[in-house]
Amino acid sequence: MSKMKALVCRECGKEYPPKAIHVCEMCFGPLEVKYNYEEIKGTISRKKIEQGPNSMWRYIDLLPVESTAIIGPHAGLTPLVRAKNLGAFLGIDELYIKNDTVNHPTLSFKDRVVSVALTRARELGFETVACASTGNLANSVAAHAAAAGMKCYVFIPADLEAAKVLGNLIYKPNVVEVEGNYDDVNRLCSEIAGEHGWAFVNINIRPYYAEGSKTLAFETVEQLGWRTPDQAVIPMASGSLLTKIWKGLHEMHALGLVDSVRTKINGAQAEGCSPIATAFKAGRDFFKPVKPKTIAKSLAIGNPADGYYALKATAESKGAMDAVTDEEVVEGIKLLAQTEGIFAETAGGVTIGVLRKLVKQGLIKKSDLTVAYITGNGLKTQEAVVDAVGRPFRIQPSLVNFQKTFKMGKNSGGDS
Amino acid sequence: MTSLRFHIRFPENKIKEPIIYQIGHEFKVVTNVRRADVRETTGWMDLELTGETEEIERAIDGIRTKGCVVDPIELNVVE
Repeated sequence: MSKMKALVCRECGKEYPPKAIHVCEMCFGPLEVKYNYEEIKGTISRKKIEQGPNSMWRYIDLLPVESTAIIGPHAGLTPLVRAKNLGAFLGIDELYIKNDTVNHPTLSFKDRVVSVALTRARELGFETVACASTGNLANSVAAHAAAAGMKCYVFIPADLEAAKVLGNLIYKPNVVEVEGNYDDVNRLCSEIAGEHGWAFVNINIRPYYAEGSKTLAFETVEQLGWRTPDQAVIPMASGSLLTKIWKGLHEMHALGLVDSVRTKINGAQAEGCSPIATAFKAGRDFFKPVKPKTIAKSLAIGNPADGYYALKATAESKGAMDAVTDEEVVEGIKLLAQTEGIFAETAGGVTIGVLRKLVKQGLIKKSDLTVAYITGNGLKTQEAVVDAVGRPFRIQPSLVNFQKTFKMGKNSGGDS
Repeated sequence: MTSLRFHIRFPENKIKEPIIYQIGHEFKVVTNVRRADVRETTGWMDLELTGETEEIERAIDGIRTKGCVVDPIELNVVE
């Protein structure tokens, strides 16, 4: 029997064979993967996982693929950094950074979900993959497709910045600029996915794609010595990452890999695009879509597909949500860089900014074992901090000039 | 004939209006509501429209003209 039992509707529970479908034919609810947990329980163990590959594929028993012909075999197993300096600054005894700024090959957590999506797509017989993206997702799909020798289409809004277009073109996918706004691109891609026999990673392959995010939960638990954290702070765009980390923690508990799940799940958004956090703070179980206006572009999803489920997961875990201004995003990026030496993209600034707020509000306590999820590399969004990092010291090429600039005496040591 | 799926949102001032009934009369499309949540101040529905592609496009424009917001069933897919 396969470890994958079916695709199941998250709304009405109707089951479907695990093919390239994503919407329930009955109620139009989203589909997700249902596993044969009883069978997996018989084979999975901490020891087996620890002896697995040095990548997220050590958790293959809980990922929706059938073969071992993996596309993206090096994704995941990124460092869980004990953030002593940042923890001391914020007033948390045990703070960790899950550092996906160094994920392979494109330096964001998207390499996890895309690796799963393309592996499954090839298993299902697809040779062409596609996505609609303005940044990290496009980079990852294009890179993985190039390495796998698959045809690739990337759809982007026609007014996207040149640097971001270049980041995709280097892998030589078919980059399609769609004349229109984000809504037009959304609609076109949905219709193309319905018409053409392609694997659209975040449309008809989405049930598999989204499962890749669970590996962030699995790795965190293993790297903490098979413990779940007290608090997790997670950036939200579609809300999928947060819901899958919650699902991953519960799978580990159901399979006996951890004794309990005590984690409070906290969601982070930028104020310029905070439909989920705003709904949570207002006590609503539904969100109102917004037009994004924030520097945190990788989180700028105004009508998030998993917003409802993110609200539900956070409420179940007794966690919280909050949002930060663009200025606080930049401060968050700088704070993480200057305390821990980790340069995160704007989504990381959102996470650190919200972490800071939750500590100030007393929702995260000094003694809470806390993990903050940093999902992308700062080199991707340098424009966000270019005016906030100061200038280099400029000197004439003389020793005297150097010593004057740094107020050093003639024979003083290196540090003065 | 084509069938396309949409997520329709109703602003508060449109909740009482029989917009889907009107669309079924004004355009040659079959309207089929699969899931909905209508409350005092907000409402949405997941709707299937079946017909010729161009007629579906016209029906979508018609729903928008009546003040509703139309998204694909997947909501935002640009990530």
